[in-house]
Amino acid sequence: MRPFAYERPDRIDDVVAILAGSASARLLAGGTDLIIRLRDGTARPDVVVDVKRVADLDDGIHESHGRLVIGGRAVMTDIAAHPVVRRSFTGLAESAAVVGSVQIRNRATLAGNIGNASPAADTVPSLLVHGATVVVRGPNGERRVPIDDAFVRSGVTTIAGDEVIAAIELALPAGPSGSVHQRRTRRRGHDLASVTLACTIDAHGVTRIAFGSVGPRPLLRVDPSGLLADGGRPEADRRAALDELLADAAPSATSMRATPDYRLAMLRVLGWRAVQTALARRAGATA
Amino acid sequence: MTQLELTATVNGRQRTFAVEPHHTLLESLRDDLGLTGTKECCLVGECGACTVIVDGRSVDACLMLAAEADGTTIETVEGLAGPAAELSALQAAFLDTGAAQCGFCIPGQLMSAHALLAETPHPSRAEIEEGLAGNLCRCAGYEQIIEAVQRAAEAPAGAPARAHLPEPSVDVAAVPDAKLAPQ
Repeated sequence: MRPFAYERPDRIDDVVAILAGSASARLLAGGTDLIIRLRDGTARPDVVVDVKRVADLDDGIHESHGRLVIGGRAVMTDIAAHPVVRRSFTGLAESAAVVGSVQIRNRATLAGNIGNASPAADTVPSLLVHGATVVVRGPNGERRVPIDDAFVRSGVTTIAGDEVIAAIELALPAGPSGSVHQRRTRRRGHDLASVTLACTIDAHGVTRIAFGSVGPRPLLRVDPSGLLADGGRPEADRRAALDELLADAAPSATSMRATPDYRLAMLRVLGWRAVQTALARRAGATA
Repeated sequence: MTQLELTATVNGRQRTFAVEPHHTLLESLRDDLGLTGTKECCLVGECGACTVIVDGRSVDACLMLAAEADGTTIETVEGLAGPAAELSALQAAFLDTGAAQCGFCIPGQLMSAHALLAETPHPSRAEIEEGLAGNLCRCAGYEQIIEAVQRAAEAPAGAPARAHLPEPSVDVAAVPDAKLAPQ
């Protein structure tokens, strides 16, 4: 690995100051993506800033004023196991539970999954359908970024190089809702997603579907009409509505994990299954 | 770059050692501390051969900088056996089921299984499969490995640990290579 300096500040402001002073500095949270890139030379920082001892960067998950706040250092293992995440943001819990392996989930952070901006990021479709807000700290203080505004394309976000993801916030759902995450991989167990998709259906019948690994960034699409969520309507009409939501999927022909045809076919299968599962979960939900 | 001095509890012993900032925990364990039981293999977090336990959680040592281990408690495969080198119930179960074939993945498999059993003392088969999904065995000894974890989980708590393996009756060093590995 090419040498670099290692910094381990105690405060977010110190992190931001180091980032502001170096164009090549890289943040180290879980390290499960960064260390691979440090080794293969695709990341060549002069300084690596380890945020794991930053006191005002939380590694916990807590409720506050009708929101669930996931700290910038919270790891996938804890997110997948958290009772409120499992109950109210089931899709997010399911997606956090399939990131990498146990070893990866013990290190990998949700903030890192956002900042890494992989089109195949497992948790991002769930964050999109749950309407997450990314709380970002930078030289000018704090700003709040709706998750759908955070992504540009593979590896590129709207979060600046001198900004840090401090937390991810999710508004607790009002009334019964159902959510789910589904994906296809080449093999069972530890693999990257060929297609990854999440769905929520709220108390008013609004269906939100987000999907990744089928284009340069994950996409969010919404059916506010209630058609998809209405089991009493003809299935052909509902499937047509689903196809419309998925129409902008544009998988790369050069990606190695699966062909575009396979991804598009599976996207429709996963989308339909996800709607059924979200509806069943909404029916079983108490709040 | 300047070396960093760090202190960590490794297999119950407090160790203070210097590391390069760009060295991984895997490199440091093997090269600085001489703990070569932890294996280097894929270096991208897919195979699990370098699995160790840091502050009670299993991690891929190839995906962690050594500097990040400052102040932590680390368990490696060398720490599983007892003070007189008696095997843990888990290690004995791996031997009994023939889980170790070429053996290269076994330190990582043992550490993942050890972490799993600490968290879930009586795992279902599905929980074992998921708990070990980050550990590849290219001999494909998965059935025997799963069986070993199941056996270890059934072993009564506080069961006497197995004495270490007897010394081989043949002095391997004295045997010509041609006899050990006929071509």
